[in-house]
Order: sequence, then C-alpha cells, then structure tokens
Amino acid sequence: MKNKYSIFSLIKNAFSQHENWKQAWGNPEPKKEYEAVIVGGGGHGLATAYYLAKKHNMKNIAVLEKGWIGGGNTGRNTTIIRSNYLWDASAGLYDHALKIWENLSQELNYNIMFSQRGVMNLAHNLQDVRDLKRRTHANRLNGIDAVWLDTKQVKEFCPIINISQDIRYPVLGGTLQRRAGTARHDAVAWGYARGADTMGVDIIQNCEVKGIKRNGDQVEGLDTTKGFIKTKKIGVVAAGHSSVIANMAGLKLPLESKPLQALVSEPVKPIIDTVVMSNAVHAYVSQSDKGELVIGAGTDAYISYTQRGSHDVVEGTLKAILELYPIFSRMKMLRQWGGIVDICPDASPIISKTNIKGLYFNCGWGTGGFKATPGSGDLFAHTIANDEPHKLNAAFNLNRFVSGDLVDEHGAAAVAH
Amino acid sequence: MFVINCPYCGERDQSEFSCGGEAHIVRPKQPTELSDDEWAEYLFMRKNIKGVQFERWNHAHGCRKWFNMVRDTSNDKIYAVYKMGEKPPVI
Repeated sequence: MKNKYSIFSLIKNAFSQHENWKQAWGNPEPKKEYEAVIVGGGGHGLATAYYLAKKHNMKNIAVLEKGWIGGGNTGRNTTIIRSNYLWDASAGLYDHALKIWENLSQELNYNIMFSQRGVMNLAHNLQDVRDLKRRTHANRLNGIDAVWLDTKQVKEFCPIINISQDIRYPVLGGTLQRRAGTARHDAVAWGYARGADTMGVDIIQNCEVKGIKRNGDQVEGLDTTKGFIKTKKIGVVAAGHSSVIANMAGLKLPLESKPLQALVSEPVKPIIDTVVMSNAVHAYVSQSDKGELVIGAGTDAYISYTQRGSHDVVEGTLKAILELYPIFSRMKMLRQWGGIVDICPDASPIISKTNIKGLYFNCGWGTGGFKATPGSGDLFAHTIANDEPHKLNAAFNLNRFVSGDLVDEHGAAAVAH
Repeated sequence: MFVINCPYCGERDQSEFSCGGEAHIVRPKQPTELSDDEWAEYLFMRKNIKGVQFERWNHAHGCRKWFNMVRDTSNDKIYAVYKMGEKPPVI
C-alpha cells in the first residue's frame, strides 16, 4: 500500500502538524473504456470494485457515483451489524460478511471502528418469543452464535431497559448475538475507496449515469454526465435508485423504494453499551462513540425518493423508545434524516446476473444492507468476474421471483433488519 | 408526509391512508394459462418510478374506500386524485 497507516506514520506526521498526509484516493476523469464499471459509490459498490481488483485480478475498473462516495445509504444507516438470520441462505450470506468484518480494519489498513458489542433483539409477545427462540435454534445449527435471554437476563445485559410487565409492549425476553455490533459507516466507504484506489480503480464522483447502451442482449457502455463510457460489464449497486437504472436498460425489478429514517440525540455519557433492536415496535437504539443515541425508525409505507420520511413514523418510534427506556424522556434529538431503501417482496437482497449479458444487479437490501457490505462486495465481485454466482449468493438470484423459490425473511426480521 | 384529498372525505393527513402501490396493473383474465414469467411480471415486477407515478391508495382510517392518485415520487407532489374505475388523467 502506497501510504500505509501506522503508529510510525502518525508520529511522523505529527511533526508537520498533520498537514502532509497524502490524499487517500484520487479524483480521476473517466477513461474511454473499462473492463468493468460499478454504478454506485457506496460501501457495497466500493467493496465490489475492491474485491474485483484484489481477488479477480481486474485492474481496469471504474466506480461511478452521482454524488460523493458514501453519501447515500452508507452514510445514512444506523451501522448495525449482525448475522442472526433465520433461513440457511441468509445465514450463510450475512455470516460470510460478519467473518470479513472481523478482520476488515487490518485488511484495509483503515480503522473502521468495528465494535462487537452484541445485538439484542427483544420479544414483546408470545409469537415474538416463539419466533425468536426458533431463530436462535436455527442460528446455532448454522454455526452462528445466538442465545435466548429471559426478561431478567435482558435487564442484566442492558440495565436501562424497563421490564415492567404492565407496559403496552412488555419485554418477555430476547435473543443475543455477541459477535454482532456496529462499525463506523463512513470509514467503511473510505477504507474500501482507499483500498480500491491503491489497486488502480478509478473512483469517479459527481458522475451520474443517464443511460445504458445495449447491442441486442449485450451491454456496450453507459451514457453519463461525464460522457460515454465503453464497457462490457456493468455492476449496478444503486440501492434505492436500482429501478431507475434498470428502467434505462429496459428491465423491471421486483423492488419498491421507500424512505427509511434514523435520528440521533444530543451526545451524552456512555449509557448503553450494546445494540438493542425491537422489531415489533420499530425501535432500534445504540450509542455512537461520540455519545449520541443512534435510533432507527421504520419506513414510510409508500414509494418515495424524497430522502426525508414522515414525522408520524419518527413519533411512533420515539413513543416506543420512551416506553422501553424511560431514562431517555428528557433527551433532545439533534438530527433526523432519511435514506431511500429498495425493498424486495421477500425482504431478501438480489445479487444476480440478468437476462442482459454483462448487466449485473446487487440490490434489494431494503432496510438492512449495511451489515452485509463486505460480503456483498465479495460475492458480487465473484458474480461479475465469473459470470456465475458464488454458492453463497446463488439463492439470491433474480429468477427466484419466477421460480417461486423465495428467501422469505419477513418472518424472521418483521420489518426492519 | 403530505395531505391527500380523498375523493369521498376531502383533505386528510397522509397518515390516515395506506398505499396500495402501482395502479392499473390488470389481473390476468386467464390465470391458468399464464407462464411462470408472466406470473412473476404480474405479481412482483414494478416500475418503481422516480417521477410521476399512478398509484392506488386506501383511506384506511377514514371511509376505507380505494381510489387512485397521481403523485411525483421525487417530491411527493400530488397531481390528481380519481375514483376507481375512472379514466386516468393525462399528466
């Protein structure tokens, strides 16, 4: 790596007031032709380019980003990472990602602040209890760590939770995945960008795709705001805007794009040292290293690309948060924002070839794509390089909506996951 | 969040309504003769438009009637509301 970060480089740069750090990635103009072009410079897209260069020896790659890298959903999520999914296919996919997360800072030589602080999922009714217990068993059969906690153990693990049994959604127990946790979302995008750039990938920001050129069944290139770019392989990782790109190629996807909101509070001293999720009441909370509570809310129930979200959704989430954590009743919320998530009918992603040669889609991550970033990039790179899916993403093909072989994770994850 | 002019009740808050997705998807007349591809197209594939979209809405916490609406999904601006069975307006 051209500019390795270490304690020595830190000390050396301290002598020059940290003014001589080299740029972590370049700002090139697009070339006329690339071996592969990735559309979308979020975590998933940058990771795809990184693994294409690293594992599949493709050097002439570009990542096109219409805004700035990591400015979409990568910078808008609540940074939760876990792999405790019900079905075998999902467990394989998300645990593959979790295993990469565990060594990612070292691999990228970039501190992504991965913190395995555990993720606890609460049960609020009898059906939740049954579903979560079943999921715990399924996880353990798949080699994923998971334990069931009763109400008292939940309280021990996270003392600020209100376990009173006469509230609207009483805590009847929960599951805990200790290997799960959080990572710094921006750092993930920046780390992958730096890694990809070092291997010669062109990261082109402020470059929006306007059209896809096809010759019969084969893609030929892309029209962009920076001119035409010739390529035989296009990997689309455009999250909420996947359908917009698909429509350019004359393709329809089984997706609906909806705003998903999150918000953060004013920073306070450490009060919650884990991640607590409550699917039934749409409330997710953790605390950032800066001390802000990071709260995830639900999606708006209609298609919209507005990146803001409705007030009533936030209100519903905060009501649930206050009931579960009365200690937060006088906290002030600092910022609220929305990201556009692309939701599949079965709440599972698509990492797939299409019936157009050279056009690949990685989309449908819905409300829970951040946790899969490294695994998604790795498997999508494999799919693009070999023109065949890896065995871990074979089930997540586009054809499952024709065959009916869906990976229905709604039951396991309720709404957001 | 926005205000919807229900064709039966008048202006109400959007949170009273539920969205039924893309409008004017016609149920196949001869379901038994459809191929798997055609079923997938009918059941799952959506335009998911960024821009002017025709969609179905239900006044779930009001009159509970279904109607159609034309809305720009990039800014949530509503262009028209019309009853089920009526001809979609030209936008």
